[in-house]
This record gives sequence, C-alpha cells and structure tokens, in this order.
Amino acid sequence: MYLYSANFWTALIDSRGMFFEAAQMTLALTAVSILIAIVIGLMFAFMKISKIKPLEWLANIYIYVVRGTPLIVQIFVFYYGLTEVWMISGFWSVALGLAFHNGAYIAEIFRGSIQSIGKGQAEAGRSLGMSGTLTMRRIILPQAFRRALPPLGNQFIIGLKDSSLAAFIGVSEIFAVATTQGANTFDYMTWLLVSAVWYLILVFLLTLVVSAIEKKMAVSD
Amino acid sequence: MSEQMIRVNKLNKSFGDLHVLKDIDFHVEESEVVVLIGASGSGKSTMLRCLNFLEMKNSGELFIKGKQIDPKRDNLNKVRQQVGMVFQHFNLFPHMTVLGNVMEAPTQVKGIAKSQAKKEGQELLEKVGLGDKANDYPSRLSGGQKQRVAIARALAMKPEIMLFDEPTSALDPELVGEVLATMKDLAKEGMTMVVVTHEMGFAREVADRVVYMHDGKIVESGAPKDLFENPQEERTQAFLSSIL
Repeated sequence: MYLYSANFWTALIDSRGMFFEAAQMTLALTAVSILIAIVIGLMFAFMKISKIKPLEWLANIYIYVVRGTPLIVQIFVFYYGLTEVWMISGFWSVALGLAFHNGAYIAEIFRGSIQSIGKGQAEAGRSLGMSGTLTMRRIILPQAFRRALPPLGNQFIIGLKDSSLAAFIGVSEIFAVATTQGANTFDYMTWLLVSAVWYLILVFLLTLVVSAIEKKMAVSD
Repeated sequence: MSEQMIRVNKLNKSFGDLHVLKDIDFHVEESEVVVLIGASGSGKSTMLRCLNFLEMKNSGELFIKGKQIDPKRDNLNKVRQQVGMVFQHFNLFPHMTVLGNVMEAPTQVKGIAKSQAKKEGQELLEKVGLGDKANDYPSRLSGGQKQRVAIARALAMKPEIMLFDEPTSALDPELVGEVLATMKDLAKEGMTMVVVTHEMGFAREVADRVVYMHDGKIVESGAPKDLFENPQEERTQAFLSSIL
C-alpha cells in the first residue's frame, strides 16, 4: 500500500509548517466567503418569499444562474471581471466568487427553513401586538436558523472544499501548495494525499464546530 | 352603562368563492362572556379571527371600544395589544422558556424593563398554577399546561378583551378541566371574553350569552339557560339535540 511507504509520512510531517500556512489561507477563504454568503443568502431568501413580484423574480434568476453554471466559470468571471474594473487581489475575487456561489444555495436553505415554521407561530406573535418585522426577527428566524443548521453545515463543508479552486487563480491555499510541491518533486501522488489529509482535518474541525452549535441550540428540546 | 367592547355591523368574509361570514351583526359588552357554538365550518373561528384582524373582513364595520377600526389606516399592532388571543394549538414559542414566552411581548412591544416583566410574568404564571415551570421549555409541558402558559402570555399584555379559539379541542380529555378552570377564574375577574368552544358545560356555567352560528350566520343568541333549554329556532334545536 502506498500509504505505508516512508515517503508519504515523511512528506506529511516535514511539510507541516508549509501546509499549516496554506491551511490558514484555506480557512480564511472559507470563513470570509461563507460569512458573505450567509448575508447574501438571507437577503435572497427574503426576496424569494417576498410578496413583491420583481424581487422574487430577481432572486429566482440569481439562483438559476448560479445553479446552472460551473463554479470554476463563476470564479474566473469574478477574477477577470473584477480585476478589470477594480484593483482587487486574487484572494478577494475568489472569496467573492465563492460567496456569490454559496449564497444561492444558502438562500434556498433559509427559504425552506423559514417556510417550514408553522403559520401559528407568526399568528401568535402578531396577536400579541408584535409587528411583522419583529415577529420575523424574534419568533421565526431563531427557529428557522436552528432548522437550517444541519444543511448549512453541509454547505459550509462544500464551501471549504470548493475553496481549493482558488489554486487556479494563484492563491496559495492547500491544493495550490500541493500541486506546486508535486511539480517540484515529480511526485504528485504523495502531495495530493498530503493535501487530502489536511482537508480531512479541516472538515473534521468544521463538523465539530457545527455540531457544538447544534447542541447548544437544542436546549429547548 | 357599561361600555361596548366589540361591535360588528354587516360583516362579510369570503375565502375565494367560499362565502364564510354573511352580514354578521354582533356585539360584546364590557365584562361579558360570550360563547360561540356551531358545527365546524359554520364560521365561528373565522369570525373570532376577524375580531383581531388575523383574517381581514371583506366588508362591514368593526368597532373596538367604540372606535371604528380601519385596517388600512389604523395601526393593527396597537389594536391587537388590547385583544388577547388563545389558539387551539397553543402556538407557544418553542425556543423560549415558559417565562420567556410570557415576557416576550411586554419587553419587545411595550418596552417594559426586563426586571418588571419578569416579576409580572412570574405572577401570571403563579396565577395559572405554573409558577414552578417558569424556566422549563414548552416541550416539557403537557397540553393543558401549555394552554395555561398561552393564556398567561396573552394576559401579560394586559388586554381588555380575550379571544379563545377552541382552547380545549386539542387536549386530552383529562386536561380540559384545568384550562376551563383558568378561564372561569378569568371570567370571574370581569374579563371580557369571546370563546369558541364545544364545551357545552362551560357555556352553560360561565357564559353570559351563547351565540349559535350556522352557515356563516348567527341563527340565535341568548342566555345559556334560554338557549339550551328553550331554543327558538329549528336549526338550533337540531344542533343541540345532536350534541347533548
């Protein structure tokens, strides 16, 4: 078995400093893009359930375009498009591209979870004299967030792994470092496996964070 | 003379082609307990929901405490603060504790200080016999306890009118009594109440007036003794004989 050759383990251990730095880049990309994606997602979820038709159409078009085109195309469009009009680093064009992409999926997750909260909850809020906005903020959204958390966690993991596409724009994240090492040593397999280990560690940590939040929010069960 | 709390003139309500309320005239005096009875589909719940604008009337006039309410012009959130509502399925907020449920509207809507809302909320919970459940979440309560919390939550806004939409219909039979007892106490204190229910015992004992609805119209109304023992209309007689 390849994994048992000394080569892989030495590579994994000796390169830990380099990959630790690359992992920080991957995490930064993921964190920034997911935070922006949550804001975008929430906004488009509200547009989609809005009674104002043009807003609903706009949200539908956005989701249709994002779901209907490859992420790598979106990232390159952001990269070449944005850098043409605006001095922006590779990091930020990938971060915005990933946010634009994940925002559409997160919008659908939020929309579904908001609509899954029974009508009675809104009626109870309104019957107490709460405004529609206050009812949404205090009654519906906290429950919807809780219900959205498992699919959101899933989307975060996808976002983390998709950040590897930043390698094609020259951002030194895990996959970029691995392919550079592979090219330098003519030993792609070793370095690809090293990068896989790092992704597994990051996804594991992300899963821990999400399930800790889930547990914290489950106190009312 | 006591003040008229609710007055409805020629109220009409349709859902699409379905004409649910037909030219309803209805009124409730201060401290009066009015019980609405009728078969399901007769429009009694819809009528109740029109009274706090959870359903919007199609035509007719609606007065709360002598003031005509126009949903387009008036702030319905203000109107609803005076009109508490208790639902068949409780609709407690599951992500808040029992006390949190009761404190929510006073603090968020009226801007009452947390400490005061907490004190008043605790008193209300004691009143409905659930003082020891303040820090539990609703999922830990029985149906009867949930409904009593829902009553306390509505009372926390100090409403002048309370609407009850089949408050015991979703409860196991052995839990109905505790909710009705809480409602009886409330009636004794002089709360103005409109109650949709199938509990004829409650209607007989607590109601000042019983209103029988059929097919979107008020067929007959009167003191419980008169209506139950000597119904004038054939429809009322038929309904009562089918359930008693």
